[in-house]
Amino acid sequence: MSGGGRRIGEVILRLEGISLSFGGVKALSDISFDVREHEIRAIIGPNGAGKSSMLNVINGVYRPQQGTITFHGETRRDMVPHQAAMQGIARTFQNIALFKGMSVLDNIMTGRNLRMKATILEQAIHFGRARREELANRAKVEEIIDFLEIQHIRRTPVGRLPYGLMKRVELARALAAEPTLLLLDEPMAGMNVEEKQDMCRFVLDVNEQYGTTIVLIEHDMGVVMDISDRVVVLDYGRKIGDGTPDVVRANQAVIDAYLGVAH
Amino acid sequence: MAGTLDTFPRLMLEHARVRPDHPATREKDLGIWQSWTWREVADEVRALACGLASQGFRRGMHLAIIGDNRPRLYWSMLAAQCLGGVPVPMYQDAPAVEFVYVLNDAEIVFAMVEDQEQVDKVLEARPQVPTLQRIFYDDPRGLRHYDGIVSYERLVELGRAFDREHPGFFDGEVAQGRSDDVSVMLYTSGTTGKPKGVRATHAAFLAASRGGTEFDRLDPSDSVLSYLPMAWVGDHLFSFAQWVYVGFTINCPESGDTVMTDLREIGPTYYFAPPRVFENLLTQVMIRMEDAGRLKRWIFHRFMAVARRCGAELLDGRPVGAGDRMLYAIGDLLVYGPLRNVLGMSRIRVAYTAGAAIGPDLFRFYRSIGVNLKQLYGSTETCAYCCLQPDRAVKLDTVGLPAPGVEVRIGDNGEVLVRGAMLLKEYYRRPDATAEAIDADGYFHTGDAGYFDADGHLKIIDRAKDVGALAGGAMFAPNYLENKLKFFPHIREAVAFGHGRDRVCAFINIDIGSVGNWAERRGLPYSGYTDLAAKPEVYALIRECVEQVNAELAQDPALAASQVHRFLILHKELDPDDDELTRTRKVRRGFVAEKYAVLIDALYGGKTVQHIETQVKFEDGRSGMVAADLVVADARTFGPDVAKRAA
Repeated sequence: MSGGGRRIGEVILRLEGISLSFGGVKALSDISFDVREHEIRAIIGPNGAGKSSMLNVINGVYRPQQGTITFHGETRRDMVPHQAAMQGIARTFQNIALFKGMSVLDNIMTGRNLRMKATILEQAIHFGRARREELANRAKVEEIIDFLEIQHIRRTPVGRLPYGLMKRVELARALAAEPTLLLLDEPMAGMNVEEKQDMCRFVLDVNEQYGTTIVLIEHDMGVVMDISDRVVVLDYGRKIGDGTPDVVRANQAVIDAYLGVAH
Repeated sequence: MAGTLDTFPRLMLEHARVRPDHPATREKDLGIWQSWTWREVADEVRALACGLASQGFRRGMHLAIIGDNRPRLYWSMLAAQCLGGVPVPMYQDAPAVEFVYVLNDAEIVFAMVEDQEQVDKVLEARPQVPTLQRIFYDDPRGLRHYDGIVSYERLVELGRAFDREHPGFFDGEVAQGRSDDVSVMLYTSGTTGKPKGVRATHAAFLAASRGGTEFDRLDPSDSVLSYLPMAWVGDHLFSFAQWVYVGFTINCPESGDTVMTDLREIGPTYYFAPPRVFENLLTQVMIRMEDAGRLKRWIFHRFMAVARRCGAELLDGRPVGAGDRMLYAIGDLLVYGPLRNVLGMSRIRVAYTAGAAIGPDLFRFYRSIGVNLKQLYGSTETCAYCCLQPDRAVKLDTVGLPAPGVEVRIGDNGEVLVRGAMLLKEYYRRPDATAEAIDADGYFHTGDAGYFDADGHLKIIDRAKDVGALAGGAMFAPNYLENKLKFFPHIREAVAFGHGRDRVCAFINIDIGSVGNWAERRGLPYSGYTDLAAKPEVYALIRECVEQVNAELAQDPALAASQVHRFLILHKELDPDDDELTRTRKVRRGFVAEKYAVLIDALYGGKTVQHIETQVKFEDGRSGMVAADLVVADARTFGPDVAKRAA
């Protein structure tokens, strides 16, 4: 994977004036923010604030009506999912999207799909290039399995795993694509204290070890404030705050909208 | 070369000379088994020892070893010994506060630590451990930005440079070692009071290794899986002392959670596990059999009945009829062989269990499918080596004959006393405790109550200090009762009370795996341990177990009075993090009685419901509260005639 180290660098993703609506519903209105290389950037906000929509705009699932996306210096109106993947964007989903009947190992191997050049025929007879590719990709996948400490479930069908582990497998699959930008949609939702803590450690480790830039959506304020470098706050599709956790914590609009009005 | 082979470093060098290309250590890494030969191990240990010396490690100093079973940690123990130092393996799952005690008690200056998780705990403990100077780590993940700690690789590099500058240093240090030097310091589990540092010499562990090796004819082709805590005396004997004495191969699993798979891949020939591991394995097999097709299930049960009838007898070499022999041979082909394979026990010649009592059904199960499972008896103070069950003379309820070179005697108070070369040298900085444990004749007082049966096999009943009396004067052996209860797969822990009382009552912890599965099969929904434990159906299930124990007790006049009259199922699992169990999972009886005094009052006061709130500690050191209204249940007890009928 890309070299490690964690020195926050230049802006690699810039969103400008993004507006998105579904019929009459305005999901996002005029949102601008940026993401710098190697940073952990959180998007927070109450339910329905437009957090997941924002993530979907970044990797091209939704097409905004207005605004531009600049990724690695290239400005465009919208992303296309497979283009996003080719350019090094990987993501996980709020409601786990894994192949339930397949083993953990196979699920993670699917994350390497983009890196496989062999034809279907070659893969079917498992010969020559297909075999070499499989070995090289498997080595990469093993590295990720070791990294996320899921060796014990390598051969287990995903459907049999508890929720916390499924989340970890999903992260593993996203990492298998060796992304430069990783989008995590509520990676800690529905977890208990210990699982959350493990997940936090993995997110930080990924960021540190591989230098991966991470954009994450999270509900748990404690988690967000602990691990993020900068936080953007959405409310009813508008941006109401942006800055370091301390700045955001002190922002009155954020306190009112998200933490409740103080008396 | 160094003269006689009476220290571990000299034995290691001998293996490197005699069998340089024989695998000494294996570890599964990134899904592939890696191996190191004796020559490679000796070379690595040499560099490591020189590295430690370059950092100021000197003769007599202590090196803390903290982490899971990793090859580099085993090698670090050898490296410390090469310099005349003493490795102090510590329980890696203990929280930082417990580290503080041991690090201070052992006056640790140097620590070899596995990974970030352990480094964080050591660093948290550090402000309270003034002696601690140098921390080395094995796995660099997540440690890039830590200051003031040194990686294992760097230490080895420093060592190679030091070795080049001081060519004779390493051999000189190894030659200086003496067999009566302390080779390791292991901490007792601290069932009572604070843990004590048990100092054992090279001679002691070599005596235990030699005895065990001759007893079971171990040789370098043997292979073991090293997965039990390195701080436990059992692991130190089987994965370290015997490893270096015999020169066989130790295999380190990929992680704590992959042990089952790794066991199957390695297929060890020599195996050691506490009873709970054997129990977990059996539970998994049974659960999977329940899910199997009807034909498979039928074959399984049909042939398990054959195995129960004659399997253990065949293993013991006792006469068995020709018909049964033939059935067993078919069963071996269809069931026992494949089963041993699934369990990773196809190649096992000798398997031992110790550390707690093993249930008769469990023990018999393994022996009946052809696994030569035996019991041994020993403690930290005796290098885990006192009594062993000999092949072909295994009795369920005894721990076997005194091992070669060990004298065992029963004291006037019924306590088991042992003497031999394997005894500890002393408790570290506790001359009072040493004097108390070893008497003028050189016998170590084990603290266990037991007696010899007619064949000279030792039978252990209970901890001597735990054996009490009911108000009526009848003997009360709580561990004996608790073990009988724990032999049921649904019961994970039990704590019996009765000393000085008119009758016996007990706390029960259900086994969440086993009872959870039972509940699932019945479509009984539950949200977690506390919820499941309070279900009336679960109470009924546990009551059956308790009553079965009562029926058995009723048959033995000495124990009939110990029948359990009332019990309750605790709302939380007893946990070492809450100080209720020791790190080796033994109940801290006094502590539990004090903490849950209100529940004991409810048991004896005739209440049927009792509210309780308990603080629990999570793994991360945070704490929370668990509250519940506990039901106190009555169990049937039996008179002698009913018991006979029930039996």
